[in-house]
Amino acid sequence: MTVLTPDTEEAIAQIVRAAHEGDGPLELCGGGTRRGLGRPVQAASTLSLAGLNGVTLYEPGELTLVAQAGMSISALTDLLDGENQQLTFEPCDMRALLGTSGEPTIGGAIATGASGPRRLRMGAGRDAVLGVRYVNGQGDVLRAGGRVMKNVTGYDIPKLMCGAYGTLGVLTEISLKVMPKSEVVRTLALPGLSDVGAIDALSTALRMPCDVSAAAHLPASVSKELGFADAVTLLRIEGFETQADYRIQTLRDGLSMFGELTPVESDPWVAIRDAMFFAGDDRAVWRVSMKASEAARYVAVLRDQMDVEAFYDWGGGLIWLACDQGNDAAEPIIRGVLAEYGGHATLVRANETIRAAVPVFEPEPTSIAHLSAGLKAKFDPAGILNPGRMRA
Amino acid sequence: MIEMPVPNQQVIAKQARLAAALRAIVPPEQVIDTAEQLKAYECDGLNAYRQPPMLVVLPDTTEQVAKIVRLCNAEGAPIIPRGSGTSLAGGALPTADSVVLGMARMKSVMDVDYANRTIRVQTGITNLAVTGAVQPDGFFYAPDPSSQLACAIGGNIAMNSGGAHCLKYGVTTNNLLGVTMVMPDGEVLEFGGEHLDPGGYDFLSLICGSEGQLGICTEATLKILPVAEGARPMLFGFETNEVAGEAVAAIIRAGLQPVALEFMDKPAITVSENFAKAGYPLDVEALLIVEVEGSDAEIDEQLTRIEAVVAPFNPSTVKRSGNDIESAKIWAGRKAAFGAIGQLADYICLDGCVPLSQLPDVLKQTAELADKYDLKVANVFHAGDGNLHPLIMYEANDPDSARRAEELGADLLRLCVEKDGCLTGEHGVGIEKRELMLTQFNERELRQQMAIKDVFDPSWMLNPAKVFPLSLSEPHMKEIAAG
Repeated sequence: MTVLTPDTEEAIAQIVRAAHEGDGPLELCGGGTRRGLGRPVQAASTLSLAGLNGVTLYEPGELTLVAQAGMSISALTDLLDGENQQLTFEPCDMRALLGTSGEPTIGGAIATGASGPRRLRMGAGRDAVLGVRYVNGQGDVLRAGGRVMKNVTGYDIPKLMCGAYGTLGVLTEISLKVMPKSEVVRTLALPGLSDVGAIDALSTALRMPCDVSAAAHLPASVSKELGFADAVTLLRIEGFETQADYRIQTLRDGLSMFGELTPVESDPWVAIRDAMFFAGDDRAVWRVSMKASEAARYVAVLRDQMDVEAFYDWGGGLIWLACDQGNDAAEPIIRGVLAEYGGHATLVRANETIRAAVPVFEPEPTSIAHLSAGLKAKFDPAGILNPGRMRA
Repeated sequence: MIEMPVPNQQVIAKQARLAAALRAIVPPEQVIDTAEQLKAYECDGLNAYRQPPMLVVLPDTTEQVAKIVRLCNAEGAPIIPRGSGTSLAGGALPTADSVVLGMARMKSVMDVDYANRTIRVQTGITNLAVTGAVQPDGFFYAPDPSSQLACAIGGNIAMNSGGAHCLKYGVTTNNLLGVTMVMPDGEVLEFGGEHLDPGGYDFLSLICGSEGQLGICTEATLKILPVAEGARPMLFGFETNEVAGEAVAAIIRAGLQPVALEFMDKPAITVSENFAKAGYPLDVEALLIVEVEGSDAEIDEQLTRIEAVVAPFNPSTVKRSGNDIESAKIWAGRKAAFGAIGQLADYICLDGCVPLSQLPDVLKQTAELADKYDLKVANVFHAGDGNLHPLIMYEANDPDSARRAEELGADLLRLCVEKDGCLTGEHGVGIEKRELMLTQFNERELRQQMAIKDVFDPSWMLNPAKVFPLSLSEPHMKEIAAG
């Protein structure tokens, strides 16, 4: 396999143009840490974005950062740290879960739609993206959006690129809205709740004007890995000292029927963000996005039918599942039951054979599949960018 | 003057037959075909441009919308989707051969789900009515365009509308979870739902802000949020626009996250104060209104911090609201600004966006350009996100004044683009900024956007003469028509 590592946007455009004109498909790659996501790509060449790793612009007073797609999240985080700022969407790091090495990049995080616990309060990567520069499948260098906070000038292609897994264009530069770090970040826990009780407690908390920035539930089988004796329902509160104190007291009062809300000293959110509980084994891992209030019921139905471990983020709106890989990663049950509730399931981890055979992304109704294929054809007419990554 | 395409006489010739066919879909009185009644639909908020449509149809259900769209598609009649007609960009301006599809009758709340903090509505409902439906239970819908009393959610989705409070809560796209959309071939599709994030391509992101060019959204699922315990603003006066601009950046950088950060320049202050008697200082060049929310104690602490951050910029006026009456007074002038200016003159409200660091220079150049065109410009805008709203005052009855106003507007928007900003932050392109799109994007970039419309609306029948320069869209549509 040839790995091409151009260091300019124009060099990328030339490579894509050549691919379009007959050199054949390209697998796009940032740091390679999320390479196991999606369906396996059959491509003779890998186009690495590692050579495009600079910061184009950082204006802390405007909460605006423009970075090249190959910039590592760690370098970007260090830069923001210096101004006491952070990314809004808390992108997950898939290295432990997928058993990969290398450095996660901002381009990879945006292209794969990775967002962590703060997605609940601050939105996903798509909500942080202000603009992109990209190379379409014909090798044209194009811009969409910009670097200002509000922009409705033309269709919102930057958001379309989020979660498109590089199938519509090669992202070369991304403008992002960033946010200040909070003075105080506190985690609080309710112990011993059932899944149903926990989802109810999280919903109650989220209905209070306390700006809860993360809301998760770890059943006992998962929470023990963080040293909890029992199931634990977790809330994150941010702000300045007196503000956090006030919000915590408000939540404590409002949640008293669910138990005593107690402070947690160590930070559980990185483990939740990265689904660390499922790292290091060979089970299949799914990420299910659904209506939060039905999450516990959905998991209960699954448990009746199969052996499955689960935990909940986003107040229940995101469920991580681990089950035996078998022949199909239990796809018929996981998607079959989900169909009754609405939402979608993504197969995050499974061996290549399963990922080639089982739809990794939720199958789309025929008409929407036509739209997807239509967009792909308009952005990448020769089908050379990450062919097959999302759909067969 | 902005040109519109020459209407298709063959389509106009079908008016009576189309009206009859539409009357078989909706109750007869919901089809409008008399010149007198059609006049009510001849323009939107950009009222310098007027053209009555061929027909107006006002459906009640998604099924009716689907039938209407199928009919118009078969007959080659362009459809102009219309919410409440408050667009400031001419997004709902008809052509003489078009059918206006008005959503005004589809305004019911279909479901409120507090457990998941969502509301399901028909898209003809007004923005404020969404909040009204959930306010008694302590919730609100965050995007708050200043036309919120009248504007429809469908229009908000089409334009990805913002508002004064989107600094904290985001604009429409950040608060939209799902839509039911009638495709140009009449098929009804669901995008999104009550869950977060899509399972494939993010169609919802494309639909929001597509100016009614990809489909007709008939229902929407929106996020609702718990209302803060309270909110109070603070008023600062500054000796120069530059210093006020620097104070804005300092507040943002300090991480104080106000819910609103509004800026008024001297002409706006004077007009508003004369009108609303809000107690604004008349000896300052710029005013900032900064609002924070939370419990009473939280508000006090945040305002104290903001005051400390602003102090080094030597504000000549500092007024902190201590109660609801004082808050209303501080907001009174800002809220009256557009109306007050409207009493003095006709005005064009622009919507460019610039990086905060460019604010002072853009304001200075705005004043210079206004002098050049011999017109007055007042600036009232959302400073926290750099979204400018220069109000160009002119005489609509004086063609020369109107021409100068339009040219000044175009110059000001070009200035925003030059300063690394954009043509429109929250109003949309419509017809108003259509021809300026080539200053922001090159032709290839626009063609890639047009290709998206090709996928959704292959015959370009939905709001066709909007968003893209006619120099690109007209030849493209001719090619499509020629097959």
